[in-house]
Amino acid sequence: MTAGVPPAPVEGLTSTPNLKRRQSIAAIGRWIFILATAFAIVALGALAWYIISRGWGALSWGLLTNPPSRRPERAGLNLAIYGTLWIISLTVLIAFPMGVAAAIYLEEYAPKNRWTRMLQINISNLAGVPSVVYGLLGLGIFVEWLSLGRVVLAGALTMALLSLPVIIISTQEALKAVPWSLRESAYGVGATRWQVTASHVLPAAFPAILTGAILAVSRAIGETAPLLVAGAAGFVTRRPDSFDDSYTTIPIQLYNWMARPQKEFLDLAAAGIIVLMGLLVLMNSFAIILRQHYSKKTRW
Amino acid sequence: MLERFTVQTRRTVVRAAFALSMAAAIGISGTVVAQEATPLPYTPGNDLGALSGTIVADGSSTVGPMTEAVAEEFAIMLGDEGGGDVQVEVSISGTGGGFERFCAGETDLQNASRAISEKELAACGEAGVSYFEFEVAYDGMAVVVNPSNDFVECLTVEQLNLMWRAEDPATNWNQIDSSFPDAPIVLYGPGTDSGTFDYFTAAINGEEGVSTTNYSPSEDDNQLVQGVAGDANALGYFGLAYYENNADALKLVAIDGGNGCVAPSPETVGDGTYTPLSRPLFVYVNAESLTRPEMQEFMRFYLANASFLSADVGYVSSPASVYLEDQIRLEAAIAGTASPDGPAEG
Repeated sequence: MTAGVPPAPVEGLTSTPNLKRRQSIAAIGRWIFILATAFAIVALGALAWYIISRGWGALSWGLLTNPPSRRPERAGLNLAIYGTLWIISLTVLIAFPMGVAAAIYLEEYAPKNRWTRMLQINISNLAGVPSVVYGLLGLGIFVEWLSLGRVVLAGALTMALLSLPVIIISTQEALKAVPWSLRESAYGVGATRWQVTASHVLPAAFPAILTGAILAVSRAIGETAPLLVAGAAGFVTRRPDSFDDSYTTIPIQLYNWMARPQKEFLDLAAAGIIVLMGLLVLMNSFAIILRQHYSKKTRW
Repeated sequence: MLERFTVQTRRTVVRAAFALSMAAAIGISGTVVAQEATPLPYTPGNDLGALSGTIVADGSSTVGPMTEAVAEEFAIMLGDEGGGDVQVEVSISGTGGGFERFCAGETDLQNASRAISEKELAACGEAGVSYFEFEVAYDGMAVVVNPSNDFVECLTVEQLNLMWRAEDPATNWNQIDSSFPDAPIVLYGPGTDSGTFDYFTAAINGEEGVSTTNYSPSEDDNQLVQGVAGDANALGYFGLAYYENNADALKLVAIDGGNGCVAPSPETVGDGTYTPLSRPLFVYVNAESLTRPEMQEFMRFYLANASFLSADVGYVSSPASVYLEDQIRLEAAIAGTASPDGPAEG
């Protein structure tokens, strides 16, 4: 029998109106799901098509190597690419260890009481806070209160705050997916909690932790609003060399271009979006390769 | 080539320029001198190779591209001179948002598409920020309608006021002129943080910031272009450069400011006949920042090149005499002999 086709009514039994109704509801349901998927794919395809057809002609090597310019043919993303790489590397360095550590505490160590439940709810809520709010937080705390100024470090700390809840939650999910029998067998031979976590739970959960973390960071790469608020400049003449330099990032450079009157800058912005998408695909592939690599080691 | 200009020659050049502009000011064949004079070429007063530091600029989205163009050329010039350790960062918070930072002493340079307001003046005074004001270009504001609109060719300031005033604005085209069809007016304009909004409301409604709220605002002028281009009943206003780059999708409206209908163009904006929607663009410089060599060189470079760069980014060059006068005041400010243009103490 082919999958998906409901079994024919058994002979001898009269087919009831009820059965017909249920079958047609099932068919409607199936089409709703197909339509929902198709809608998402068509919308995504249309967006990608628009951007690629608009920006393909403006793609060039110079787009990657040139500093910004008032002349579209000379303008490039070079300084913004350095800015984005600085921000993202620092964000990963700050948010990944902190997020994973927090998740380990919540999942493996913390008692399940009212206080930790409240903590848990708060973290989930934080993951849904609009990103611009993190920008304001970053501006208030890092740029002004800690007087870091509008520099790479302040931007990266803001982005780390933004990524933390997502990293914590995805790490917790990864830890939850590790079977209890694994922990119990380790405890059974007298391992301490740290030994259980470090040499059994973490390695088993690692591929899933990585996937979640890289997805969180990929989202951060494309964010414009928080950095716009927390002090990325719209235009710089030098690339950042250290964590206390001023900077701009790819999305902000694109935002700047899109506000220009010359049409060439709009095409350039579309080309820049292709570059940004390329960077995202690169990071996601990296995540997949890492996951494959580590999940081969886990066998239970 | 820059080595040839010593501090000594710089002074003589400035003196010559001063004489020229004095002649212009006194009025002895003043117009002739002003038209023939050009801004002084850039002559540094510091060792360019030794410059370093960060110059922070913020403010108007109209003036921003101008300052960015100067920064771009400045960086290339410094690179050629073996320097290039100067970071110039330009952010775009709007004229109002930029003045908040400037008057808190956070920025060295403020891009402004209107003069500083009373409130901002007070803020600067309170924070002890004194500044110099330099005019760097002229910009016209274009009033545009949809290309399918065949009844509007020219509007008077009074008619514009009728649509844009805060109280009881006209909502139908036939309220503007009885020969116009019975169709709703759909308005598009810049958001309230924009200097363009401030200037337009002051020129048309008589008071800065007073405007009907019954319009679609956007800080992104390209969205305003799209709005007007997509709506047969629309009318909008924004910088002339956005009209010029989208002339096929928009229809330009001539403005009658009392002396007949004049359409904006680089010529009519430059010679001042397009009124009242032409405006000077300014940069404000924190007086304290001007004690830093990199800031001094950046401003010298700015004023020497503003004339030709303004056309490059879609604006109209101010008269050469304005740049000359700017340059003379800048040198006096650097030398410490000029008192700032705004709040010294409170």
